Amino acid sequence: MIIKGTVDKGKYYDSITLMTAAKKLRELAGVIDSAVIMGTKENKAILKASGLYVADFDLSSDTDMLIAIKAKNEKIADDAIGNVKVILDNLKKGGGDSREFKPRSIQKAVTDFPDANLALISVAGKYAGAEAMKALKLGLHVMLFSDNVPLETEIELKKYALQKGLLLMGPDCGTAIINGVPLAFANVVPKGKIGIVAASGTGLQETSCLIANAGEGISQAIGVGSRDIGKDVGGLMFIEGIRRLAKDPETEVILLVSKPPHESVLKKIGQTVKNIKKPVVAVFLGADLKTVEKMKMIPAFSLDDAAAVAIRTLRKETGTGFSHTDNYWKKHFLGIINKERKGISSSQKYIRGLFSGGTFCNEAQVLLKNKLKDIYSNSPILSVGKLDNPLISEKNSLIDLGADEFTVGRPHPMIDYSLRNKRIIQEASDRTVAVILLDIVLGYGDNPNPLAEIVPAIQQAKATAKKGRRAISIICSVTGTDKDPQNRATIVKGLSENGVTVMESNAAACRLAGLIVTHEVSHDKT
Amino acid sequence: MIKDNLFGKKLKVINIGLESFKDALDKCGVESVQVDWHPPAPVTEKSSRIITANLEQIDKANAEVMKKILAGKPALVGMGKALDTVPGMKPNLILHAGPPITWDRMCGPMRGAVVGALIYEGLAKNPADAEKLAESGEIEYAPCHEHAAVGPMAGIVSASMPVFVIKNEEFGNYSYATMNEGLGKVLRYGAFSEEVIARLRWMETALYPSLKAAIESLGSIDLRSIIAQALHMGDEVHNRNRAATSLFYRTIAPAIVATAPDKNAAIKVLEFINGNDHFFLNLSMAACKVSLDAARNILHSSIAVVMARNGTDFGVQLAGTGDRWFIGPAPVPDALFFAGFSKDDANPDIGDSAITETGGLGGFAIASAPAIVGFVGGKAADAVNYTLQMYEITAAESEAYQIPYLNFRGTPTGIDVIKVVENGITPFIDTGVAHKKAGIGQVGAGVLSAPLEPFIKAYEGLSETF
Repeated sequence: MIIKGTVDKGKYYDSITLMTAAKKLRELAGVIDSAVIMGTKENKAILKASGLYVADFDLSSDTDMLIAIKAKNEKIADDAIGNVKVILDNLKKGGGDSREFKPRSIQKAVTDFPDANLALISVAGKYAGAEAMKALKLGLHVMLFSDNVPLETEIELKKYALQKGLLLMGPDCGTAIINGVPLAFANVVPKGKIGIVAASGTGLQETSCLIANAGEGISQAIGVGSRDIGKDVGGLMFIEGIRRLAKDPETEVILLVSKPPHESVLKKIGQTVKNIKKPVVAVFLGADLKTVEKMKMIPAFSLDDAAAVAIRTLRKETGTGFSHTDNYWKKHFLGIINKERKGISSSQKYIRGLFSGGTFCNEAQVLLKNKLKDIYSNSPILSVGKLDNPLISEKNSLIDLGADEFTVGRPHPMIDYSLRNKRIIQEASDRTVAVILLDIVLGYGDNPNPLAEIVPAIQQAKATAKKGRRAISIICSVTGTDKDPQNRATIVKGLSENGVTVMESNAAACRLAGLIVTHEVSHDKT
Repeated sequence: MIKDNLFGKKLKVINIGLESFKDALDKCGVESVQVDWHPPAPVTEKSSRIITANLEQIDKANAEVMKKILAGKPALVGMGKALDTVPGMKPNLILHAGPPITWDRMCGPMRGAVVGALIYEGLAKNPADAEKLAESGEIEYAPCHEHAAVGPMAGIVSASMPVFVIKNEEFGNYSYATMNEGLGKVLRYGAFSEEVIARLRWMETALYPSLKAAIESLGSIDLRSIIAQALHMGDEVHNRNRAATSLFYRTIAPAIVATAPDKNAAIKVLEFINGNDHFFLNLSMAACKVSLDAARNILHSSIAVVMARNGTDFGVQLAGTGDRWFIGPAPVPDALFFAGFSKDDANPDIGDSAITETGGLGGFAIASAPAIVGFVGGKAADAVNYTLQMYEITAAESEAYQIPYLNFRGTPTGIDVIKVVENGITPFIDTGVAHKKAGIGQVGAGVLSAPLEPFIKAYEGLSETF
């Protein structure tokens, strides 16, 4: 075995292109591991940690591309390195040299395209702040997709944006829908009368899709990044978003989606809402509903609840909130529960939730914490226990696969399913597991062909369980619409054909999973 | 009062980063522009903070610098021997291309050219003696640029060599350049064989007096006008000088015939100029030099007034940092090689000719020269893209020099080191390639992107002026 590395000075590609290239290199026969990465300090540390560092990298800088190959022998390594250029050229459509001219700077882009009104920024976090500031100075609204932007930079950008009367969505804002246009990781939903402000990307996607699938539409969906509602940023853009929707003639109902805001921010939100005539529905996952209600907001407990309440409010139907009790659900789901329990033994007691959406992992904890004992997570909230090792599940485990420990050096699990696929099979071979709970998120930016990625893993999971003379229940929610490039109906059909029970929402999937495992417990007792 | 140009308006997006986001916008029918983003050059946080805080002052200085550069009016006004003409010239001084360098660090072709010059000057009898003398300490070396001169490739100027005198008629400053020897085995590529020395002697004894008399009889020749016309005729006046040489020939020919001592002398001189497509190169370089020199020493300006290479180092000087050189290793150019040669034979980049790019010509004007797009990928669109990209690192557009294909837009002029650093784009330079061994000569021609390091140092150097 050999490790070889080279430095390509002054070459730059975005991280997704580089990670795709590294993945293609790993597919070559004889290549054990590979990395194609920019030579930043952080990346060099990753290479060192993964045993792919060579001394040649010492003198490289941020603007150099590093190629590292671990292979069976030197020839394979050299061939793989030789292949990188071809792979990158193929990935860059148009083959490079004769591409249509692209400006290299925002300033130049604005000169060429003077009526631009929004900059969508997804460069690495250490550079993103400077680019966002340039965009704001040029009078552009900004959607800042990049993560790892320092908190001080976020505050500075947001204060400056407000001074200039501009929106700054993000950082770490994965999704937004502006004037009906899905931005970054967003779904195709119809124009409508519900406006969303969200400090949770997955929450925004889920609620906007549920609203769309129920026949209503979205006026605007503004993502602000999860730190906005913390004490330091103080809800600057969350509140600006509410104000803008309050003034927007197309918005009739405002829906707020986030984890519980910091107390001081919640207070400000309350003061803002007080002066607004439009109804405001709020789902602050895990927050005390009464506090929210006192602030003149209509509280919702879960994301599907929030979507349903927003629609009911819009349609001026009576009743607020989710009126359904646990008993209702038990009855409602009885048929499915019985079907899912077939072949599941009394020693199979646990749920293993493997989420690509962080908010879904939170929602699962909110919905299951009072129903189940022994819940653990790698990103626990409320009273849930923290997993000692995120790679190894314990009892009921709800795993956020988008957490930092899983995403360093690889694409987000909504794009790259490989890590979760391995985990699905790992969980299926655990004799104590009854239910594997999954989410699939569709839309632009997400994996374009999720069935091809996940079905083999599901088949193998089912086969593994069968070999151990047991069944395993796989429950999945699919966030998306039939207008999304992946088409939700196609995905649902493909999953169902492979023995997956697909639910309308993550919340419904969580409830069902909870009922399947508790059903067994109560059954045992009687 | 919030002026809202977002909700209810047509969304128009500038996408910086993941191109898949633009693909999605295309599918949704939303107008968008992709920025081909590259990381900024890594400069110290301190310098970046200082520069950012003083942008207003820098902009003011740059405006003054650009006013001077764009107003430059280069004219060929005479000739003379270097010793009598070039300021600070001495019998034991050899001027060379690029930033300062000592004999021990000189590359092969530059050493070869020094050897040739010492033999030509009669200071050494043979190459071995010349080398001994060159390293003895008796010979002094200095950059052409520090003596208001420029020289292509090795750029060697010694005391007896005749030089053109170029005057900036707007500001009254002068610049100097030798006459171009032609292609093949020539001193500027480090060749020093007898034929090379013989040609230099002929140039000194026959070509120089004829040209000098012809120029004097004309009074002055407007180089700005020749360059402007040549750009409309397919030259960028660095790697292609065919049109400019022809225009110069048309201008000078009657005067040479009129002033030559006899018909044969006139024929020889005219044939020499006619036979060398690059005869004008030294004049285009001196024209740029004289225009840029007028803008030197305007404190705090971030505009480059020199980019030059000595075959070992690549050096940059800014208008706002006085005589300081900012230096990094010179890269080996990407080139088309003459038959029998490859990149392994190539010397790192060499010559003062990057003064043309510094002045907004050469690689910056390559969109004007479709005939030589073979150097940049083979398609005219590639050449256009290179020029378009240079607008992103320059402060202004030339008034005199225009590109027909871009609707007569002025060439990108005035390299702003701040833009170079922020956009991570370095200047694009046309260049000839010398063999790394002395005496072999030119092995190819091509293009290269300037190295980043001198610009990073220049940026940091500029921050030290505050």
